[in-house]
Amino acid sequence: MFDLLIAPFSEFEFMRRALAGVLALAFGAGPIGVFLMLRRMSLVGDAMAHAILPGAAIGFLISGLNLFAMATGGLIAGFVVALAAGLVARVTELKEDASLAAFFLISLAVGVTIVSIRGTNIDLLHFLFGTVLALDDQTLILIAVNATVTLIGLALIYRPLLLECVDPNFLRSVSRAGGPAHILFLALVVLNLVSGFHALGTLLAVGIMMLPAAAARFWARDITTMLVISALVGAASGYAGLLLSYHTSVPSGPAVILVAGGIYAVSVVFGPVGGLIQRLVPRRHLEA
Amino acid sequence: MKRRFLIAALIALLVPAPQAVAQSKTKVVATFSILADIVSNVGGDRVEVTSLVGANSDAHVYNPSPADARKLADARVVFVNGLGFEGWLERLVKASGTKAPTVVASKGIKPLERAASGGHSHGRVDPHAWQSVANVKVYATNVRDGLIAADPAGKATYDANAAAYLEKLDALDKEVRDAVAKIPAERRRVLTTHDSFGYFAAAYGIEMVAPQGVSTESEPSAKDVAALITQIKNKKISGVFMENVTDPRLIQRISAETGAKGGGTLYSDALTDPKGPAPTYIDLIRHNIRTLSQALMTKPL
Repeated sequence: MFDLLIAPFSEFEFMRRALAGVLALAFGAGPIGVFLMLRRMSLVGDAMAHAILPGAAIGFLISGLNLFAMATGGLIAGFVVALAAGLVARVTELKEDASLAAFFLISLAVGVTIVSIRGTNIDLLHFLFGTVLALDDQTLILIAVNATVTLIGLALIYRPLLLECVDPNFLRSVSRAGGPAHILFLALVVLNLVSGFHALGTLLAVGIMMLPAAAARFWARDITTMLVISALVGAASGYAGLLLSYHTSVPSGPAVILVAGGIYAVSVVFGPVGGLIQRLVPRRHLEA
Repeated sequence: MKRRFLIAALIALLVPAPQAVAQSKTKVVATFSILADIVSNVGGDRVEVTSLVGANSDAHVYNPSPADARKLADARVVFVNGLGFEGWLERLVKASGTKAPTVVASKGIKPLERAASGGHSHGRVDPHAWQSVANVKVYATNVRDGLIAADPAGKATYDANAAAYLEKLDALDKEVRDAVAKIPAERRRVLTTHDSFGYFAAAYGIEMVAPQGVSTESEPSAKDVAALITQIKNKKISGVFMENVTDPRLIQRISAETGAKGGGTLYSDALTDPKGPAPTYIDLIRHNIRTLSQALMTKPL
């Protein structure tokens, strides 16, 4: 049992680092995912990941596999797209999803153009598919800082954010905090995606954000509980995924997401809140 | 008058002038880029060498094309590595109907048994004999004799070229030995996925260990990395050269955890194009030994 569950981490430093990385990631990204889901923005994470990519690619082209350059590039590109899309959605008639789609496509096209002008895209694969097994001090600190900032940021905008999920019209009538909170929230999404792509790769970074959130939805009605469950599911997937990768030689990033996907599937079927079984098996009516 | 001059000029343009020169060259074919480089060094200006398997290409997975059969048919002499390296050649020679004699460049070399592990198989014998410079001196002599047999008129040139090339090879051999001598004996142990360095290892005393329990395809899993680290620690290996682990961050991580230095490419079976780090055989060996000493000389962090 010890060999199976703990020895990999006690024996190898890279496993400990990987674990620390995915745990930090899960604690930041899980709650973010819940809010995205509640606001019917589940696919926004995916779109934002694409928007970040060109920025990171530009950073990569300018200074190679430099963490700082790539993270900064990704952050800038993500912020620009998030802000622009958010502003257009708020100021004009266009809905959020449509304006975001427009901006992330533009950003992606710009990125692909720049990359192809410079004529190299071989090494970009490395960060597309991340390397949770190769986290150095710098990257770990980046992920941890991002998670901390995310949690503090969420605590700050918790109330307006929650209200906007439930009743945006009411919020607009009593407060002007909705707009700034929304922008700040999108910024946090970007932040988490940037740290996610260093650990798991861009495509999988969205996975550790949305899958735990979607799973959590089936276990709680209360949003606070949902936030906690989401973070825990993410952390558990990270731990189990690393073990899976260690024992069966599945690549680590996909292993983590596959475990999260498994938890999600189980939740869909067995979840007490709107899960399949709970819905199909009629509860007995109370009789008078 | 003017018109006649024009016509003459046009005809002169139509008839490719360099053909006269090219015709006088002896056309020869070598099977792969490293051998072609040796042949062109010995042949000099008198021969025109064509390599069937070009630079940057893998002779192991080579598929002969009809154009290659034609190259063979045109050739005066065909140079092959031998030792079972070119399994595809015999049929190609038959198919091309060439009358050119085949010269085995590795003739007279004491072949090494293959290491037990290894991806591609050429039978029992390791064909990558050119990884030892001393063997390539034998190659050069065989090539010289082959060229003289095919083109006796050029004997003086070939003798002179070969002598000059052998001298260069001697210098190269000494260079490699000097470089290895500078590496502390206990650090001359390298982990590599290449199984082509048997002769190099035997000639210069650098131990090459194959990674065990590592899948060599695509993204490494936690299991792969753990297996690598364990092996490096247990066998006290000082350098890591992996074809599939190309991510510099992962190499850094492994280095940080084991003290083994990594990174860089060792070239084995083919030259690079002229822009690459190994456009000739001498450059290839130089590049490899430089990469190796860089990794092995540096003390672990």
